[in-house]
Amino acid sequence: MSKRASQIIGHTVLILLGIVFFAPFLFMVSTSLKGDQQIFSSTIQWIPHPIVWSNYPKALAYFPFWRYLGNTLIICIGNVIGTVFSAALPAYAFSRLKWKGRDFLFITMIATIMLPSQVTLMPVFLLFRSLGWTGTFLPLIVPSFFGSAFSIFLLRQFFLGIPQELSDAARIDGCNEWGILWRIILPLAKPALATIALFSFMGTWTDFQGPLIYLHDEKLYTLAIGLNSFLGRHGGEWNLLMAASTVVTVPLVVIFFFAQRTFVQGIALTGRAN
Amino acid sequence: MIATNEPNAAALSRMRRSERRAMLMGLLFVSPWLIGFLIFTLYPVFASAYLSFTDYRVLAPPKWVGFSNYTDLIGDHDYFLPSLFDTIFMFLELPIALTIGLALALLLDQKLRGIAFYRTLFYLPSIVPVVSSAVLWMWVLNPEHGLMNAALHSLHIPGPAWLASPAWSKPAMIMMDLWGVGGGMVIYLAALQGVPTPLYEAAALDGANGWQKIWHVTIPQISPVIFFNMIMGVIGTFQYFTQTFIMTNGGPDNSTLFYAMYLYQNAFQYFRMGTACAMAWMLFIITLIATLVVFKSSARWVYYEGEAR
Repeated sequence: MSKRASQIIGHTVLILLGIVFFAPFLFMVSTSLKGDQQIFSSTIQWIPHPIVWSNYPKALAYFPFWRYLGNTLIICIGNVIGTVFSAALPAYAFSRLKWKGRDFLFITMIATIMLPSQVTLMPVFLLFRSLGWTGTFLPLIVPSFFGSAFSIFLLRQFFLGIPQELSDAARIDGCNEWGILWRIILPLAKPALATIALFSFMGTWTDFQGPLIYLHDEKLYTLAIGLNSFLGRHGGEWNLLMAASTVVTVPLVVIFFFAQRTFVQGIALTGRAN
Repeated sequence: MIATNEPNAAALSRMRRSERRAMLMGLLFVSPWLIGFLIFTLYPVFASAYLSFTDYRVLAPPKWVGFSNYTDLIGDHDYFLPSLFDTIFMFLELPIALTIGLALALLLDQKLRGIAFYRTLFYLPSIVPVVSSAVLWMWVLNPEHGLMNAALHSLHIPGPAWLASPAWSKPAMIMMDLWGVGGGMVIYLAALQGVPTPLYEAAALDGANGWQKIWHVTIPQISPVIFFNMIMGVIGTFQYFTQTFIMTNGGPDNSTLFYAMYLYQNAFQYFRMGTACAMAWMLFIITLIATLVVFKSSARWVYYEGEAR
């Protein structure tokens, strides 16, 4: 088979599969711009006619979108700060310090990633309840300040790749471990810190069970559970529901495209530094 | 070495002191995680073990009931056992997701113009928030006006009622999840790019064709990643919750009342914390056994670089 023929086959397969994967997105956006009659037409009409832009302001007014966005952002930013701050120190100790008990604690930490969250769910809920924290954002933010195992693991992997000579040189210059972490390791680890910040943000934005369990006052809802209660109230109004779903999805897609560039830059920078 | 003991002992105690200092330093550095581990993991694990032996409905203090939560659950043919079997049905998704994810990764590992565009396209569904994709798929799977049945109709296949049909609700959810297969795909893709090219060249010299290269070079080389994804898939399937909660609330006919969903209902709708904790501990043990089975079998098929065989 010639190279050209195989390229054409490759493109054809990818385009056909791509259409299958992209169709639900298109269906979502197309529905979100249709009028009340057109969504229930007997055949699929991809082009909205007429285009009902007003679905968007209407959907945003149906559920207090800006308030839910604000709540979501508060929780997301709290988690990003907590995760980033609490990951650096443990990651440093697990990668660049030698001490007794390190490997045991590290394996313990990895094992907690595999622990089903349900095993801790009820006691943690009861704990927060006894503190009077249910119905506030605290149960959704505070735990992130105590280190997420996955983020620590990720950062540790990155720290391991930084040449040991840098630390040794700093030690000879009289730098202590805090100084090495702050002045040498963390500035080099910016791309990795950005990665864990991003994962934490996206994970919190998407989180459903946490807000569902802890937030009962509608004023405190996040977008995720706000969208669910929207569904409960306006179940048949698919054009508005699709508008709301689109609005909840778009920020993540935008962040993804921006972050993609940051990651590529981070990789390029490391390459140049070497 | 054969000299007096005296300097050796001094050196030893000096070493111990510096060792102790290093350990204190290490503990200090990991303390944010360690404190969190004690409060949010270790204590709750024991607390839920204790509560699983009690009747605890939040308002009154827990009452010790021995194993009765466990025996009640195992004898429950109406909710508990079906929820377990329905969850096991969802394991069907794992081999399908593995095959599609790997096939896509292999397709996207080629040198084609615009390959980055295709990669983004297939990855995108996996970053959509679960709530949005659940709401979207309720509409896609709408029996009369949804995209799925319209597509089937154009192929002259009568579409089922999907989420409204006890027989089709689980396949419908599997299909929706497969839309997000890009999350696994990028992991395979990263692994594929780490396979050393000389291995392919050597295989080509031995006269291997495309399939043989995939089967004898690619798959063994990336088997640790397949293994990792399998383990995470097993754990994730048992935690399957948000989609059912939003799309079907366990219905129709309890056909999607999965394990994690029934556990949630016990804990936060019926406030039977003892029952919920017993379910959580059984889940823990089942997951552990399932993971161990995958782990044990991994010796046969997972290849680690530099491992003595």
